[in-house]
Amino acid sequence: MATTDTYLNQPSQQQSDDAHGYYTPGAPLVDEKAPTGPIAMRWTNRKFSNALVNPANRRKLNVIIVGTGLAGGAAAATLGEAGYNVKSFCYQDSPRRAHSIAAQGGINAAKNYKEDGDSVHRLFYDTVKGGDYRSRESNVYRLAEVSTNIIDQCVAQGVPFAREYGGLLDNRSFGGVQVSRTFYARGQTGQQLLIGAYQALERQVAAGTVTTFTRHEMLELVMVDGKARGIIARDMATGEIETHLADAVVLASGGYGNVFFLSTNAMGCNVTATWRAHRKGAYMANPCYTQIHPTCIPVSGEHQSKLTLMSESLRNDGRIWVPKKAEDCDKDPRDIPEEDRDYYLERIYPSFGNLVPRDIASRQAKNVCDEGRGVGPMVGDFRRGVYLDFSDAIARLGKDGIEAKYDNLFDMYERITGENPYEVPMRIYPAVHYVMGGLWVDYDLQSNLEGLFVAGEANFSDHGANRLGASALMQGLADGYFVLPNTIRDYLAHAPFAPIDESHPAVAEAKKSVEDRIAKLLSIQGTRSADSYHKELGHIMWEYCGMERSEPGLRKAIDMIRELKADFWSNLKVLGTADSLNQSLEKAGRVADFIELGELMCIDALNRRESCGGHFRAESQTDEGEALRHDDEFAYVAAWEFGGDAGQPVLHKEDLLYTAIEMKQRSYK
Amino acid sequence: MNLTLNIWRQANPTAAGAMHQYHVQDISEDMSFLEMLDVLNEQLNEQGEDPVAFDHDCREGICGSCDLMIDGQAHGPEVTTTCQLHMRSFKDGQEITIEPWRASAFPVIKDLIVDRSAFDRIIQAGGYVSVNTGAAPDAHATPVPQADALKAFNVATCIGCGACVAACPNGSASLFMGAKITHLGRLPQGQPERDERVVNMVAQHDHEGFGGCTNIGECTAACPKEIPLDVISQLNRDLRTAIRNGH
Amino acid sequence: MAASGLVFIGFVLAHMYGNLKAFGGEESFNEYAEHLRTIGEPLLPESGLLWILRLGLIAALVVHVASAFALWKRASDARPVKYQVAKRRNSSLSSRTMRWGGLTILAFLVWHLLNFSIVKINPAGGETNNPYQLMVDTFDLWWMTLIYLVAMAALAMHLHHGTFSAMQTLGFTQTVAARSRARLAGWVVAVVVAGGFSLVPLFTLFGVIE
Repeated sequence: MATTDTYLNQPSQQQSDDAHGYYTPGAPLVDEKAPTGPIAMRWTNRKFSNALVNPANRRKLNVIIVGTGLAGGAAAATLGEAGYNVKSFCYQDSPRRAHSIAAQGGINAAKNYKEDGDSVHRLFYDTVKGGDYRSRESNVYRLAEVSTNIIDQCVAQGVPFAREYGGLLDNRSFGGVQVSRTFYARGQTGQQLLIGAYQALERQVAAGTVTTFTRHEMLELVMVDGKARGIIARDMATGEIETHLADAVVLASGGYGNVFFLSTNAMGCNVTATWRAHRKGAYMANPCYTQIHPTCIPVSGEHQSKLTLMSESLRNDGRIWVPKKAEDCDKDPRDIPEEDRDYYLERIYPSFGNLVPRDIASRQAKNVCDEGRGVGPMVGDFRRGVYLDFSDAIARLGKDGIEAKYDNLFDMYERITGENPYEVPMRIYPAVHYVMGGLWVDYDLQSNLEGLFVAGEANFSDHGANRLGASALMQGLADGYFVLPNTIRDYLAHAPFAPIDESHPAVAEAKKSVEDRIAKLLSIQGTRSADSYHKELGHIMWEYCGMERSEPGLRKAIDMIRELKADFWSNLKVLGTADSLNQSLEKAGRVADFIELGELMCIDALNRRESCGGHFRAESQTDEGEALRHDDEFAYVAAWEFGGDAGQPVLHKEDLLYTAIEMKQRSYK
Repeated sequence: MNLTLNIWRQANPTAAGAMHQYHVQDISEDMSFLEMLDVLNEQLNEQGEDPVAFDHDCREGICGSCDLMIDGQAHGPEVTTTCQLHMRSFKDGQEITIEPWRASAFPVIKDLIVDRSAFDRIIQAGGYVSVNTGAAPDAHATPVPQADALKAFNVATCIGCGACVAACPNGSASLFMGAKITHLGRLPQGQPERDERVVNMVAQHDHEGFGGCTNIGECTAACPKEIPLDVISQLNRDLRTAIRNGH
Repeated sequence: MAASGLVFIGFVLAHMYGNLKAFGGEESFNEYAEHLRTIGEPLLPESGLLWILRLGLIAALVVHVASAFALWKRASDARPVKYQVAKRRNSSLSSRTMRWGGLTILAFLVWHLLNFSIVKINPAGGETNNPYQLMVDTFDLWWMTLIYLVAMAALAMHLHHGTFSAMQTLGFTQTVAARSRARLAGWVVAVVVAGGFSLVPLFTLFGVIE
């Protein structure tokens, strides 16, 4: 391991200013909770220095948790076990339906059960490197450190992980890493982990420490005297606007990938909880960092409402290709001779081939389709798909061998597309899958607003500019089970705070703003559905703020989004009333927030004139077309402060300084 | 393809509902069933008619939100969730009847949306292992025979959609309950609370107003995750053991 | 339900075996009927065991019927609003007709007891205190045989699902193989019992037994 100051890089000095005129520069941002000392001792020391809360006082302290996925569900259960009085909110009809449930692949942990050279330090190193050196060292180290506790906890809860014949846990290697540290439950790891957290949560409901509010959507954050003290939520079944007050508020409301309309997120995933907090002053960090997953089932037509991911493991055996000639694109792929096929990943990246990282595989798929060599149905002016061909693998391993490995995925593909992938090559295309950006938090997961904590995908997280496979589940559960419950108590030790009720002016104002906004949405009575605006926004974002971003494109996108926003507020059509279940109204509120977020994402992407992780700027690439980072200018977290509806967002920079790991430019050639 | 849809419309939990007929045109066979309903709703919105409310979320067959009774079959004619059902399973010109799950324990909230919180309360009654965060021993402390882990996993795939209840002529939730009891009962971690779990969950199930099981087997055919009927046998055996043990 | 059902499965198997004595002729059959009354003597008074069995069967009947109605009520309470369209895709006809089939069997049982046990009604108007003669007279009437055959069909269906269901309820069917065995047991019990019972009326009608 390196000594402390060997690698210390310099604070970044940004020269380029592409987003000039779109934002206001703000004061530098410093994480005041950032621990110091040897990296391996930081979390231990932090836990020790945190204040304790007397068990007898805990039940008098109220915590609101929005979201019941891995982070929110685990946090609610754990704080409930500790004896706090927890209110847990989710928009679904049950906490068990949060979208963490859809994660397939697995969860990383530095158990080193395979004795193959894994360690906390290696997981830490891989995660920082995978994030293209845009994450905080201390946070990532902590994540790697608690990863082992997660597995223990989940096994004790009865999570049925895959096991070997001897009865011990099985591991696989995932996402191109060279150690086997991924724990899994067939292709349903997220489901099994979430059910574990859900059961722990329901146990606390029975114990009386947690109250669940299902079919409830947070529509506003309540700030009183500079502290987050509650939320305004709408009961989606009755339409009632409710005020919930507490000593601290935790947002674990997931990511905002649905800003692209089409993504692998659930239909209900939205940015509203975090965006309302942002409008109340919470900084939004690195909003442009989006992860695009290369192996999704392509769009089949304009009606498409969502995209389905297929496990990345398919790339281990499938070969990716497109026809060399555009005129072959509508032929039956089996009739295209070998010499007319372009196995472009194997051609460009001979050493990694089809196993290059997600962002590279995605971008190259877009490139060949942009060249007019995509396959599958025409969607708009292009065919958006590339072949993932298993015929070589079937010849090598036999149909049985492929069946044993991928049967459920092949079935899923056939169910959705109606094509049999044992006979015809699969078609795949990249899709938005995860966002690394989110609300800015300090080491304690507290946002810049006192008393507002953010966990899981909702925070700007530990993944930097890109996330490794099987690390989302790890981060969600790390935050929920082990980090947040330890850090929030340092804050709660100063509670209970001054009692407030619904009549407090700040509370009443928050409630009124929600009611006014709903009334406004219902009163426009224009001609277009919220869904149609969402689709249009998605097209803009995907085209200009998707896999490849450029200065002119982003400027154009910002203009288009501003026009879209103006049109939305003058021509939206929402039927029904506010005082009943009204899915169109729910959707309209979410789309309104997505539009505002979309603009900020473009500004953030415009400002960051470098390519890092999931963010690729056309202006910043090597001669060979590879991503080029600019550590001298951009080794910082871009934390955006809301500048008012008429104003500009304010950019606060938090410098990223590396002491334990040296920053390197990655290469997969 | 063009289709005629008969859909249950009910404004709120107390309103009287009725079937309404709608027509949709130019439906692609690559659409999912829910995307076909999206088309209908966009059409209704244009006509100024309240769109049809239905539950859905992940649209990839895992969250368990979607819950439509399609032509008398829970989740429609294929063994899958409604969201993974595609229009190629239907014929041009077909008339399709869409109803909500029918069970007194699943009251209708609006149109095709029902309240399934009874399932959460059954889990609250004992569908968990009591282990506080941080109190767990090392994951390798207790090996679990692979066969048990596999069996536990196979039944732990339940998504809590409620199709078993919807399809059961008795309106019983035994398959749902049996899946959880079998999942935890197969693992060493689930043993200490095994007796209590089954007794409390069954009591809550009955209290919620679900019917009794007469082993007809419709539940397992409707289950999108193909949970087998033997989980109900396991449930019964565990209950018998618990009663013998004085619970 | 399962336990009382198992009692009935045992009973109908024994009863069916006894009926086959009719093929041994009048003497053999009447001897068997008499033997049922004297079995256990002198430890038990005359018809002692018979009454013990009868009481057991009555108790089982009460339990079985009461459970059935309780389940029936729960089922109808559990689904107050019926589906407009209902399709069955996995259930056997027998599993869906347990309730009406059960009622059919119950109605038949009443007649059967009036016919052969309590009142000893001879529908042909003949002798009533010779069990064998009573049986032959009854089944010589084609419509009486038909009633009995219909009842046996109902019984077969009831046993077909009931046997499997009892195994399932008692928790003996936790594997695929065990479940197949229980299903097979349902078929065997149904065919053996209903088939065995049907032989005597049929052979009587066609004059083999007279």
